[in-house]
Amino acid sequence: MGDIDNLLSILIWLPILGGVALLAIGDQGDPRSSRSGTMRVVALAVSLLTFLLSLGLYTGFDHTTAEMQFVERIPWVPSLGADYYLGVDGISAPLILLTTFITPLVVISAWETIKTRPAQYFAAFLILEGLMVGVFSALDGLLFYVFWEAMLVPMFLIIGVWGGARRIYATVKFFLYTFLGSVLMLVAFIYLYRVTGSFDLLGFMDAPIGLTAQKLIFIGFLLAFAVKVPMWPVHTWLPDAHVEAPTGGSVILAAIMLKMGGYGFVRLSLPIVPDASAYFAGLMVALSLIAVVYVGFVALMQKDMKKLIAYSSIAHMGFVTLGFFLVWFLQGESGAVLGISGGMVQMVSHGLISGAMFLCVGVLYDRMHSRKISDYGGVANTMPVFAAFMVLFAMANAGLPGTSGFVGEFMVIVASFKANVWFAFFAATTLVLGAAYTLWMVKRVVYGEVANERVGELEDLKRREYIVLGVLAVAVLVVGLWPAPLVDMMNPSIEHLVEQAVRSKY
Amino acid sequence: MDITSFVAAAPEMTLLGAICVVLLADLFVDDDKRFITFGLALASLAVTLWALAATAPEGRIVIFDGSYVSDPLSQVLKIAATGFVALSFIYSRDFLAANGLHKGEFYLLGLFGLLGMLIMISSNSLLTMYLGLETLALAQYALVAIDRNNVTSAESAMKYFILGAIASGGLLYGISWVYGVTGSLEFDEITAAITADPSLNSLPLWFGLAFLIVGIGFKFGAVPFHMWLPDVYQGARSPVTLYIASAPKLAALALTLRILVDGLGVLHDTWADMVMVIAVLSILIGNIIAIVQTNIKRMLGYSTIGHVGFILLAVFCGTAEGYAAALFYTLTYVVAAAGAFGMVILLSRRGYEAENLADFKGLNARSPWFAMIMMFLMLSLAGIPPFIGFFGKLNAISAVLDVGYTELAVLMVIVSVIGAYYYLRVIWYMYFEDAEDKAVLQSSADARVVMSLNGIAVLALGIAPGWLWALCQQVLG
Repeated sequence: MGDIDNLLSILIWLPILGGVALLAIGDQGDPRSSRSGTMRVVALAVSLLTFLLSLGLYTGFDHTTAEMQFVERIPWVPSLGADYYLGVDGISAPLILLTTFITPLVVISAWETIKTRPAQYFAAFLILEGLMVGVFSALDGLLFYVFWEAMLVPMFLIIGVWGGARRIYATVKFFLYTFLGSVLMLVAFIYLYRVTGSFDLLGFMDAPIGLTAQKLIFIGFLLAFAVKVPMWPVHTWLPDAHVEAPTGGSVILAAIMLKMGGYGFVRLSLPIVPDASAYFAGLMVALSLIAVVYVGFVALMQKDMKKLIAYSSIAHMGFVTLGFFLVWFLQGESGAVLGISGGMVQMVSHGLISGAMFLCVGVLYDRMHSRKISDYGGVANTMPVFAAFMVLFAMANAGLPGTSGFVGEFMVIVASFKANVWFAFFAATTLVLGAAYTLWMVKRVVYGEVANERVGELEDLKRREYIVLGVLAVAVLVVGLWPAPLVDMMNPSIEHLVEQAVRSKY
Repeated sequence: MDITSFVAAAPEMTLLGAICVVLLADLFVDDDKRFITFGLALASLAVTLWALAATAPEGRIVIFDGSYVSDPLSQVLKIAATGFVALSFIYSRDFLAANGLHKGEFYLLGLFGLLGMLIMISSNSLLTMYLGLETLALAQYALVAIDRNNVTSAESAMKYFILGAIASGGLLYGISWVYGVTGSLEFDEITAAITADPSLNSLPLWFGLAFLIVGIGFKFGAVPFHMWLPDVYQGARSPVTLYIASAPKLAALALTLRILVDGLGVLHDTWADMVMVIAVLSILIGNIIAIVQTNIKRMLGYSTIGHVGFILLAVFCGTAEGYAAALFYTLTYVVAAAGAFGMVILLSRRGYEAENLADFKGLNARSPWFAMIMMFLMLSLAGIPPFIGFFGKLNAISAVLDVGYTELAVLMVIVSVIGAYYYLRVIWYMYFEDAEDKAVLQSSADARVVMSLNGIAVLALGIAPGWLWALCQQVLG
């Protein structure tokens, strides 16, 4: 399957065109009518086909090189030096696979739970999928920015139309927060375009830039990516957005959109402004550790399940940025590679686990229409299969060995040990805090006596939900027990990245 | 004077001839057959476009003893202006017919206004510019007052007329100072006079220049000369607002570029600071005050002020790229703004003007297609990619960065975020709120088709913006 020409273009445009087709089919009339059935089948078929095609990225991937692969380049806006320039390396390919893997699960999970305007709902997710693949595969700054911003629009609508009670506040906050972060990145891109004469990202990486300019560019990038990750203290949009978003929206936000911040750091900040990244590394490590420790405590106090998982996401993403910015505290390349690899594995793993956790909450919410922990208790008595899945994902979230959550955290903690004992000390608190907030929630929700009549009447997983959670459980275990294929895929690119990051550009 | 002089001005003469035909024909048309006038007006525009295409100049042709110019810039602006006037006629017909305003005067005044715009766009002397400007302005005053029984229309027409007359007076006063100092009204000669004798570049000339900039600021609606704009946009009937908000912006750009660049380009160091101040005030005040508006016409009026600030910031750069960015921004802004006002008209019907933001609530349930079109237009105005408005902002910011004003570029992007809020509010009303008004849209097929094309255009242009930007650079290169 690696032989398909223009594979990346297909992965971008197939879902987008599929989304347009769904809008054309529309959803007039009864949601149960055959027409709306067709629409769901089309949505699922498009997302599954995209996933199957994306496997070509893995089978056709050359694991020995750090060069860009599957490259496509045609002039786009010649008068601005911008090309339609796509390509992937070991850093972006796993994230594209994550995107195409999660989207069909979201489609299945929404199969019958979305009753208002389902065609628009599925169309928004498919268009979003194409745009997200575009972000991960763009090698042209302008193209990257276009995908990056365009992505906000479907998510804005997903939260605003299908969200909870405070959805409008949450979605406008989400949009303006991320938009404000991104526009300064645009200024940085335009500056780099002025320096190099094109928007070629690889050209940006090779261009010599003075230290002051590098610092300003770094700050421009930082605002964009820190908001997206999100890093403390610009994380406040995330709990609101997560809580109000429909299940699918939360899953995509947590599993993929947050990863774009981390991806931005490794694709843009580290290689394009290495000296400024080194200059700010201490600050970045400090912010990451604050996210891990402080936000971990905040998570402990949450009464709302979605909010708890949202804060836990912020804490886990702190590990990602910690791993990335350890590079300058480590002697020798192997340690630096370990930190960045750990961050990357953590991104993939968190994508699977947080997606699964939000889907679990979605399963409960569909039945009880409540996200409050105190409304539950003893769910294991009425939903044993569900309880097994939820406990598994909670263990993974707490970093239990054998699950994907362990691998990334372990790598980052080892790397931080090599850098500084105190970094490792604070990073390792997550093993306690993560276990505390996750397992305490599970204890209150899943175990104990049946809390009330409504819990007593709960029905266990339907086949549709079983498939979704089952597939995710397998993925979490596979990455946890056998991370080698993932790490091998990333390794040459990360070694190359470390070389780029530790050199000086002025 | 030979025949080539007349060929270069053929589009204006053709239009004037066509206007006479429409004027006479309209006398014999009853109210219920007014579509004949509509058809003739569109035919006049088509003939004008044909004349423009047939007389496209290779380079720069100056005629009528130096007072009239035909060049690639005038060609682009004239074609666009004619097209936008046609667009506003098509959007307006239903509304006018439903509200008892379907008179020949609307089209005739619109055509006379276009004639004024074409003259402004081609003017190569301050006097020609003034003549074109007054032709346009008089047509606009009358258009605003076209519904004479409507109190707000009459009030805003009076306001527009008085303020417009004062601004014209100021402009004329500035022209007289420039004439007094340099001894000429023609742009080429003004430039030559200042270059030949640099001592002219002193206080008396700057005094005149300041009045010219006041005139430009008024016509464009830049702060602090913007007071008329929100009132007129709100007070005029929607088709008139659409007319005023679209094509005349191109003429205002021509006014700016012809006077400040063709005529007084050598004074760039002097006018740049003045332009920057009014531009920065415009982007701030326009975007911030728009947030609290509840009337969409008024909101789009303040948003216009903000966009004018961006256009003037591109002009402020004083580079060929900056002027090209200003042209690009104006063209792309007008495409989206015309669509947005067109949508206000499309949602209106007999005795009811959908001019409040609340009227857009639940549009997605009433008409998913037009809600999406309106979303495209709003996102384009907000500057979100991949819509064309984004590239307008990109080019303007890029031009500003090129001349070394990083802080200004940062201010521009931050203001864009502030501005995004009120465009998003339209989207949230359409998609997230329930409809208060559940009536079915009643507009004719041609308006719907053109509106759809208008919405698709802001997306299609945004996906392939290269040719338009290349054209703008070439025209002002």
